[in-house]
Amino acid sequence: MNRSKLIRFQHGACIPLAELPRLDFATFRESLLEEVANHARVASFFGHPSDDGLELYAILAHDWQGDLALLHTRVADTYPSLTPDCAQLHLFERELAEQYGVRPEGHPWLKPVRFHNPWVDTDDIWGRNAKQHPIPGDMDFYRVEGEEVHEVAVGPIHAGVIEPGHFRFQCHGEQVMHLEISLGFQHRGIEQMLIGGPHPTSIYQLEAAAGDTTIGHTTAYSQVLESLAGHDTMPRAYAIRSIALELERLANHVGGIGGLTTDVGFLPTASFCGRLRGDYLNLSAELCGSRFGRGLIRPGGVQFDLDNALVDKVKQRLAVLEPETRGAIELCFDNPSVLARFEGIGVVSTDDAEELGLVGVAAKACGLVRDARLHHPFGSGETKFDTPVIEIDGDVCARGNVRRREIYASHELLRDTLTQLPAGGIYSPLESLAPDSLAVSLCEGWRGELIHTAITDSNGRISRYKIVDPSFHNWSALALSLRGEQISDFPVCNKSFDLSYCGFDL
Amino acid sequence: MIGSLALSLTIHLALLLLFAPLLQGVITKTKALFAGRVGAPLLQPYYDLARLMRKGFVFSRTTTWVFQAGPVVGLAVPLLASLLIPFGGLAAPISFEGDFILFVYLFALSRFFTATAALDTGSSFEGMGAAREVTFSCLAEPTMLFTLLVLARLSGGLSLNTLFGKHLLDAWHSEAGTSLGLILVCLFVVLLVENSRIPFDDPNTHLELTMIHEVMVLDHSGPAFGMILYGASLKMMVLGAIVVRLALPWQTGWWLSDALLFMAGLIAMAVFIGVIESIMARLRLPRVPQMLIGTSLLSIFALVLVLR
Repeated sequence: MNRSKLIRFQHGACIPLAELPRLDFATFRESLLEEVANHARVASFFGHPSDDGLELYAILAHDWQGDLALLHTRVADTYPSLTPDCAQLHLFERELAEQYGVRPEGHPWLKPVRFHNPWVDTDDIWGRNAKQHPIPGDMDFYRVEGEEVHEVAVGPIHAGVIEPGHFRFQCHGEQVMHLEISLGFQHRGIEQMLIGGPHPTSIYQLEAAAGDTTIGHTTAYSQVLESLAGHDTMPRAYAIRSIALELERLANHVGGIGGLTTDVGFLPTASFCGRLRGDYLNLSAELCGSRFGRGLIRPGGVQFDLDNALVDKVKQRLAVLEPETRGAIELCFDNPSVLARFEGIGVVSTDDAEELGLVGVAAKACGLVRDARLHHPFGSGETKFDTPVIEIDGDVCARGNVRRREIYASHELLRDTLTQLPAGGIYSPLESLAPDSLAVSLCEGWRGELIHTAITDSNGRISRYKIVDPSFHNWSALALSLRGEQISDFPVCNKSFDLSYCGFDL
Repeated sequence: MIGSLALSLTIHLALLLLFAPLLQGVITKTKALFAGRVGAPLLQPYYDLARLMRKGFVFSRTTTWVFQAGPVVGLAVPLLASLLIPFGGLAAPISFEGDFILFVYLFALSRFFTATAALDTGSSFEGMGAAREVTFSCLAEPTMLFTLLVLARLSGGLSLNTLFGKHLLDAWHSEAGTSLGLILVCLFVVLLVENSRIPFDDPNTHLELTMIHEVMVLDHSGPAFGMILYGASLKMMVLGAIVVRLALPWQTGWWLSDALLFMAGLIAMAVFIGVIESIMARLRLPRVPQMLIGTSLLSIFALVLVLR
């Protein structure tokens, strides 16, 4: 039992690096696997280069205990891969290999993730030319050989106005045997840009980390900085953030259900949801002038207050929108021809979901209760949250139902928060960040849990910033859910996960 | 004789060429009203055709003449087929014994060219679409033939003019009415399948992986694409003519009122299609062949009923 070697903390804590024990790799590995066996999941896993090698940090979440565990070790050029024993780490290890040229020996599926040059001065482990930017998607794809097996490649340019991603299907007739997804086309290097920060531009980069999760990412970022600065954020600011977060969830879930019905050709819900999504976005605009919530959240608080007139206005609008939304959504969940397209399609089993470390809507649809609002609440606004939604079937219908019921829960939460809005200020400037420290923050964005981690250097500047978007965990589940399905059901499966490309690519 | 043939040809072609795109407009408008939108103007399909005709061609270097033949055949076939089919009370200008077999296989010819044009591009999507289209239409073909056989049995003739002659009205009232009801349903399903409408295909989708017909014409552009769209609306009117004639077997004998009744019937049919598309989701792809086998069985049953 190596539990004493772990640092256990609530998120929001600022941990001085000096207090972090550095384990030798064998102990690190043993402790990590032991924790995962004890119902922890890997929330974040990242490296930070130092003079003597690569410092590795693993952040594990114990959801029902509401705390996090931190493990720290140092590796040189290679280390024995943990993926064979802990599948949730597969992408994290690939990411590390691409960023720092560290080879996880024995990784079963070692390929690039985002197609960029190594961040440090080292050899690319795939031998790609360091002078040129690698070509996105340039890797060996899994291939099925044989008579009547054919390969279908979709993207990165798509017919709709969506983000770029490449999907490689191995098909037998109409049946998909394997799907491999290659992303990275939108890699901007946000984590790199944040080093040396917080810069004046940082918050704007975070707002665009995943454009549809602006509130989520800026909230997580602000929480990290506030933790590092030991800042006491005012309750009213938390409440406004929570309102904005729920509005973002509403807009995206309503739009997502509209998208699901568009993909199966069910017109009424598609049209109504398209319109309603706009109405929810307009509510965000009432709050801060931006339909996507840009400019609202800043480290230290929020920039815009709600006066009583605005609270009443928002409440009135929500009172109109709620029955309309219920009507539009229930129209499709009551329609047999729609349910025939949703039920039993794209199933992810609970075991697979657990093993892959899924989060958010995809996890909740597989019966896993994973909701940062419940387990890791931040501030007073979220402590009232007690209605996590779960479904157990793990299919398209379950994911649709999670979103449907989250919409209803969000309405309730919004009503409560708007009614009991704490009084007080909304913003106070941040002090300087604690030097040589680490802080983690979790925020339940509409797709799932966003985890931001920051490490500061001796001057109190950010020396490593790590973002884990829910899409990072969940894309693998989409690939898995397509096995044995009809290729014509891919769009509706894809939409049911509704993952972010740029949130993954960063 | 020549004069009446010329008149009949003119009326037939004028009706077909001018009226056909309106049906698409009616469907779109109906769907828009169901969705609570104003929707595109009724005449939008005409504007679209005019716009496409003004554009240039873009041909991939990997394609051959087969690719260019696809749209031409796709437009010529419904034109030829329309001459064999009576438009409501208006008799077909060209008629001979057994023309209904030509009618069925003209569409098979057009499908052959559309599918080969799709394969000619070498795109995996278009290959997939071609495979689906060919599979589904070879299942739709028996339905079409059996329904026409029912009509042939009832009329005692073998030309489409006789098949859809004046006796239909009496036949509805006789005990053959059940058979006619069955084949009306079958023909309507074939109409939806052949014109790639919901619940079998979604003409508005942008998702290549789910498309059947639309994916085969992805690489066509400009006037060639215009010809495909125009061909598609002609096809809908030609196949719709069968359904409408069967559903509204009345005729006055005066060409103008017959033509008006026919057009009203077509518009009602377009509205009906629009309603179906508004209240139903698409079927899962594996369900489509099952449905078509079902209609084949229905039409065989209808044939058995009239053969008793």
